[in-house]
Amino acid sequence: MANRQTTERTMRGLFFVIATASIGILFLIMLFLFREGLPIFKTVSVKDFIFGKYWYPTSDPPDFGIFSLIVASVAVTAVSGAMAVPLGVMTAIYLSEIAMPRVSQIVKPVVELLAALPSVVIGFFGMVLVAPFLQRVFDLPTGLNLFNASLMLAFMSIPTICSISEDAIHSVPGALREASVALGATQLQTIVRVVVPASLSGISTAVILGLSRAVGETMVVLMVAGGAAMLPGSLFDPVRPMPASIAAEMAEAPIGSEHYYALFATGIVLFFFTLLFNIVADTIAHRYAQVGEASL
Amino acid sequence: MMKSLPVSDMTEKNTVGETIAAPKVQAVSMPTAHDRFPGVSPAYDRRRRLVQNIFFGLFRGAAAINGIALLVIIYFMVANGWRAISWDFLTQPPMDSMTKGGILPCIVGTLCLSIGAIVVALPIGIASAIYLKEYARPGKVVRLIRLGINNLAGVPSVVFGLFGLAFFVVILKMGVSIAAGALTLGAMSLPVIIGSTEEALKSVPDTYREASLGLGATKWQTIWRVVLPSAMPGILTGAILGISRAAGETAPIMFTGAVFFTPKLPTSIFNEVMALPYHIYVLATAGTAIEKTRHLQYGTAIVLIVLVLGMNLLAIIWRARLRKKLQ
Repeated sequence: MANRQTTERTMRGLFFVIATASIGILFLIMLFLFREGLPIFKTVSVKDFIFGKYWYPTSDPPDFGIFSLIVASVAVTAVSGAMAVPLGVMTAIYLSEIAMPRVSQIVKPVVELLAALPSVVIGFFGMVLVAPFLQRVFDLPTGLNLFNASLMLAFMSIPTICSISEDAIHSVPGALREASVALGATQLQTIVRVVVPASLSGISTAVILGLSRAVGETMVVLMVAGGAAMLPGSLFDPVRPMPASIAAEMAEAPIGSEHYYALFATGIVLFFFTLLFNIVADTIAHRYAQVGEASL
Repeated sequence: MMKSLPVSDMTEKNTVGETIAAPKVQAVSMPTAHDRFPGVSPAYDRRRRLVQNIFFGLFRGAAAINGIALLVIIYFMVANGWRAISWDFLTQPPMDSMTKGGILPCIVGTLCLSIGAIVVALPIGIASAIYLKEYARPGKVVRLIRLGINNLAGVPSVVFGLFGLAFFVVILKMGVSIAAGALTLGAMSLPVIIGSTEEALKSVPDTYREASLGLGATKWQTIWRVVLPSAMPGILTGAILGISRAAGETAPIMFTGAVFFTPKLPTSIFNEVMALPYHIYVLATAGTAIEKTRHLQYGTAIVLIVLVLGMNLLAIIWRARLRKKLQ
């Protein structure tokens, strides 16, 4: 008897320790980002690093200002969000409110497969097919630009937005819908006035997580965004978002050089961007948790 | 598309319509015809039906765009690349500075990296999920662990790459190797594994647990002998999804596991490897003959798509069958 009680306590402790592994890894990630990123601030002030307009890490003397990279990341995310949010949420509404079960059984796997497409394949698609197409249609100097990258990113964040929104919409109690329909509302009125407001916290979480995915996505912006480290003047200017800069230059930056530290510092900024998005999403999900009828 | 129907216009009319309609609806006990509401003016009813049809069309269109996008991407890859696929392409190393030959080292490398990742992530992921689902009581600790998992899931893949480079490659002196790449990918797939395992554990009915506990088994005995065996198919489905995700990732392995070119197949976990996703990127952006190797790029992309989507389809079908069985 005593023996299996000991086993019981040991297992419980062991599982607890392993469950904290995620926090441990997160902590290690932060630790190493700071360890390798902070030394750059010996040469550049934090303000000059974040608001500096010139990113010439390999010229002599080098310039380490990532403002144009930050603006590029924000712009790409915003434009892709403008496409992905309506499409993702509308697909979610369609799947959980309108589609026949047989249709949604086919569409749901399609969305999942879209999510499973490797980012490098989407980047490659944007590069070899969408870019020449855009260049021809809009008569541009290059098809690798902000718009193309946003379009490709939109298709990477739609599945995230769609599946999380769908869960939220699905969990709205049927009684709410029935009450609305019984009062004489049409199905669309029920969706717009009852179902969507009731699941708004879940939908917001979905949108934020989708945007967070777009901010951090690397291969697409690396291959499709054009790579020019300058402030974009129009939708069709080439840009260089933060992940693209890190991925493209890390191979050439000798370990321990200023350039290496600067790229890790860019990683810190990127990390905090997504951390912020995730904490906001988490707060919304918990504070405005959907609990049955009480959520209206 | 949207311009033909301003949203504000619609809501205004609806508000008016409803304030008029509401008292009359109360007076009638039950609508008689299933698609008509007594008390709603026919003109208003026609209009809102039209609005509904238009909007449902839009929703349908949005859903269709997903399918079209998937089809277009796959169609163009297959149409442009199927000629490159041959037995030699799958079984030969690249030749003539990667302008000819096959992609065998990339296939082997990707398999090594993604299977290595799952070997790292699966035990940790299953144990974490067991703690969260079976042992933990709701509270601050669980909230903190979940916050950790959610934020880990949100860390950009390139940041995982930086972490792997600084920690596994440099500090732990693994160098650019399968081990470093697999550990980095494993850390990245951990949240996926935890999520799907929890889902699988949730689908095990509580009566199973109660029956086992009622027979005098301890919690661990219950988990080991009853819960895990019933949850295992669901957990394995999650593992397949995890492998497929790890196989398609590029950014985390760029600095940790994959290299430009190495004709040798790996013989130990401390060897560097080539990988399918990185090979596509390299050929498409950095090669000396980008146009000349286009067919190789498409071909590699097809192999990667078949590998990743094939595993996903397998998992989706398997999961659907499991659900049917449970019902």
